[in-house]
Amino acid sequence: MISIRDLHKYFGALHVLKGIDLDVQKGEVLSVIGASGSGKSTLLYCINGLEMIQDGAVTVDGTDVHAKGTDINKLRQKLGMVFQQWNSFPHLTALENVALAPRIVKCKSKAEAREIAAKQLQHVGLGEKLNVYPSALSGGQQQRLAIARALAMEPEYMLFDEATSALDPELVGEVLDTMRLLADEGMTMICVTHEMGFARDVSDRVAFFHQGVMEEIGPPAQIFGDARSEHTRKFLANVR
Amino acid sequence: MEPTLKFFSGFAPNDLWFMGEAALRTLWISVLSISLGTVLGTLFGWMLYEGRRAAALTLAPVLDVFRSVPLIIQLVLFYNFAPIMGLNLDPFASGTVILTVYTAALVANVARGGIEAVGAPIRRAARSLGMSYWRDLRHVVLPIGGRAVFPSWVGVALGVMKDSALVSVLGYVELLKASQILITRTQEPFLILALAGAFYFALSYPVSRYATHLENRWAQ
Repeated sequence: MISIRDLHKYFGALHVLKGIDLDVQKGEVLSVIGASGSGKSTLLYCINGLEMIQDGAVTVDGTDVHAKGTDINKLRQKLGMVFQQWNSFPHLTALENVALAPRIVKCKSKAEAREIAAKQLQHVGLGEKLNVYPSALSGGQQQRLAIARALAMEPEYMLFDEATSALDPELVGEVLDTMRLLADEGMTMICVTHEMGFARDVSDRVAFFHQGVMEEIGPPAQIFGDARSEHTRKFLANVR
Repeated sequence: MEPTLKFFSGFAPNDLWFMGEAALRTLWISVLSISLGTVLGTLFGWMLYEGRRAAALTLAPVLDVFRSVPLIIQLVLFYNFAPIMGLNLDPFASGTVILTVYTAALVANVARGGIEAVGAPIRRAARSLGMSYWRDLRHVVLPIGGRAVFPSWVGVALGVMKDSALVSVLGYVELLKASQILITRTQEPFLILALAGAFYFALSYPVSRYATHLENRWAQ
């Protein structure tokens, strides 16, 4: 379980997250929606310790992410992350991109790491592209490569930071399909997204962020059908 | 009749050996200084990148001195002042020390550029996979940044190889010094300098060809 208590985050004087309380259960798919700058991406960065926090706590399966003694590199193996920019390693083939972290972080043998990588690339539908360099892949394929790379660490949670925002419209579908696949397999996911269709159809709960505050959280039917907050209604009216 | 003293003698095939040996010494001092200088320079580059203000105030000015003062002055100063500091270094050792530091000063900025070329997002992605700071540096930043600045590094390396000719002023018999000795004996500067130039070219050309080959392979 990921649990966030009274989380405050500042960038200099800018108060980006203003006291977030949130629990994400094992197996749950949570979509986080809201306008740009509402703090949703920052929330993800705070969950896996890529950003420091100024107050509050984030715990993952009982481990305090930001505590001094926490082995953050070990903890991050539990928390797969996919970014808006796919960030493939340009000097490695698709297979090597995925095999790198299992080999050097989990100390798997080269053969074992390649086997895991091939399996995960198959999983996201890139079984034909094992020996292709990222430069020869489309944006959608590179993003699926990034998903496979995260999955190869056998994470228990997946964090998606606007995974489809940088893609050409015609490539969004293949990435969303892969995310749906993971959700169907029971992966615990937190998806920061602008894809309202995905949020409505796939999530168990949807959280709406507004100016650093989690205004509202609930099942998709409630958020999309009967939002309590004025801000949520306004936001949804604008994106639709 | 008194026998004439013969001061000069023509260029003999043996002299080619003499130059070949000297070329190997050029190669040796260059390879040694470039290797050590690259390791040291990469370390300095990392310090410049990570140290930011502190490095900009301390390390950067020192490196600037070594980059800006002509190599020949550095060599002569170091060779003559080292004994005063209790270091008795032969011309080869003095030359290697100065060429290494000079290379390091040049490589430092190349290396910093390489680290900057990798960019924060890709490094965050590496860290998010559970890589430690050092693993990210070794397996992500080094190969990606290294490739980005490889052409600049080759430029530095070839430059240092040619600049190693300046070690001749300390009396180390590398290619240029050997040529000077032969010119004095044979009085055939044109032939010998042309030969020396050919030797330098023979040392540099394979390096630059191989570098181009690597760049093409990486570009795929």
